[in-house]
Amino acid sequence: MSARPARGVVFPEHDQAEAQREIVAPEGVPLRFRVANVGERAGAFLVDLCVLVLLLLAFQLSLLLAGVVLGSQVVFAVMLLVVFLLTNFYFAWFEGRRQGATPGKKLVGLRVIDRRGGPLTAEAVLARNLSRNVELLVPLSAFLAPEALRGDRPGWLTAVLLVWVAVLLLLPAFNRDRLRVGDLIAGTLVVAAPKARLLPDVAARAPARAAESPYVFSPAQLDVYGIYELQVLEQVLRDEGTMQIRKLRVVARKIATKIDWPDDPAKLDVRRFLDAFYRALRAHHEGKVVLGERQEFKRDG
Amino acid sequence: MAPPTIRSIAFRRGREKGWKELEQLVTRVEKRGPRALSSRELTRLPLLYRACVSSLSVARTISLDRNLLAYLESLASRAYCCVYGARAGVRGAVRRFLASGFPRAVRGLAPEVLASAGTLALGAAVAFFMVRADPELFYAFVDADLAGGRDPSASTEALREGLYGERGVADGLVVFASYLFTHNARVGMLSFGLGFAAGVPVLGLLFLNGLMLGAFAALYHSRGLAVDLWGWILPHGVPELLAIVLCGAAGLRVGRALLFPGRHSRLENLGRAGRAGARVVAGAVGLLLVAGLIEGFFRQLVTDVAARYAFAITNLAVLTIYLLRCGREDGDERAAG
Repeated sequence: MSARPARGVVFPEHDQAEAQREIVAPEGVPLRFRVANVGERAGAFLVDLCVLVLLLLAFQLSLLLAGVVLGSQVVFAVMLLVVFLLTNFYFAWFEGRRQGATPGKKLVGLRVIDRRGGPLTAEAVLARNLSRNVELLVPLSAFLAPEALRGDRPGWLTAVLLVWVAVLLLLPAFNRDRLRVGDLIAGTLVVAAPKARLLPDVAARAPARAAESPYVFSPAQLDVYGIYELQVLEQVLRDEGTMQIRKLRVVARKIATKIDWPDDPAKLDVRRFLDAFYRALRAHHEGKVVLGERQEFKRDG
Repeated sequence: MAPPTIRSIAFRRGREKGWKELEQLVTRVEKRGPRALSSRELTRLPLLYRACVSSLSVARTISLDRNLLAYLESLASRAYCCVYGARAGVRGAVRRFLASGFPRAVRGLAPEVLASAGTLALGAAVAFFMVRADPELFYAFVDADLAGGRDPSASTEALREGLYGERGVADGLVVFASYLFTHNARVGMLSFGLGFAAGVPVLGLLFLNGLMLGAFAALYHSRGLAVDLWGWILPHGVPELLAIVLCGAAGLRVGRALLFPGRHSRLENLGRAGRAGARVVAGAVGLLLVAGLIEGFFRQLVTDVAARYAFAITNLAVLTIYLLRCGREDGDERAAG
């Protein structure tokens, strides 16, 4: 228990080191989101790029066939238009229609949201994707076909362009919210789509009335542990691995020693003891929290 | 001593059904979009979302059940994305945008529009007078590819031919129109994106466009083809140049927000500028579509100078009235946001 999390913030599903961001929903309640990291963003983009290229290929192939059959210039004109629409509005269309997620983002589990907490508007989606061309597609095409971008410019201008491209590409890595230029311009934020399952309440396992339980704890005994330990105990009790009973025995023995449990620790009914202790501890601390007294950690000594 | 009853258990028991229902709706929206819900479910969604958000804020103060808190956090966030992430029907949004959103957004960018138009005009004037003074300078301003033989070495007859000649077979016009549109729209969107570099490249791009225009104008003026040239340019040039100016203005707005944040924080201001600019760019792309159609069809099919001018002037009048007057009734303040 050496690595304790920051005070008052516990996010069991996520790594503690990752950036959290609070968005105040229009209802006035702050919602916590985990900011998507650079790797996830890049991964989602690559998936989208593949989907886009496949779409373009499929479309051009089908039009090529149609062109052979119809032999018309119209087919070629349609192709130009569709290629334009796909390359420029693929991201905006999906983000606008699918709750801020392109297929790539969906696969990786990301979402675009409004940074101020309001609804994600069409112009925000458009703004963040209009600048995507300048940020990613132009540098990318420069990488694939360097002559086209370099032209016959003087050397210093090429250097300036390279620095510019590098700054744009690396920008998300150097700010806390992983914003790229499009996010800055549109006022958006890319977050991990949250996932959590509601499990049965551990406290409901122990009998509610004292008469049914041989394990009763005094307030002094309950004061020994804090909220952090309570939630670790919750995790241990939920964990249903093969080693669980052995783990529970160790934990129970530790707790019994710490709170000076009068009986012999070896004779405890481990599971019932811990269930009862969890319930009592939670009732104890929830009672104190309501009165404005949060004891985060165990008392030393 | 009796173990006290736990209020968070009772709290959960009373609300769990609503959470589960919300979770089920949200999962369906995430999988198949808002259309997966019936109209009854659609009206349930915001109600359940609000109940869930209030459960969350209660749970944060009374419950120490970590799984419950994590679940409510995640459910509220997912529901938030569904409730505030999905937009209303596309058709209605487009209609509202054309009826008031676009002209209002343009008016909100008035100073930038003037600056952008001024830079373009300045470039044109500079190139015009320089090329009039020394025709050889034409080559400095216009790319050989772009000129396509329309340079000082060409005979007056050839130049006139270019203004009235039929470009290939009529069948090629469709391709030509869609090529022009996609090319111009790409350049327009690029100039918006470049606004992030403090607007400097935007000014450069506008100025360069102005130079080319001015150089061509000088060349044709020197051959006494001024009337014919403007008759050729203006029908499609009115919407096209306007769109270029508007995209430039949107880029400049972003650049200005970056340099002079004003009342709000720089980040906040940048967001406002970008969203306002994006609205203008979206409209400008529409204008470019119109310009591409005019350039691809009208200009190739109508060769009468008077008709060309009449068309251009009508065009200008309609656009001016549209941009200055439309969507005024219900307050113009929001355009600035």
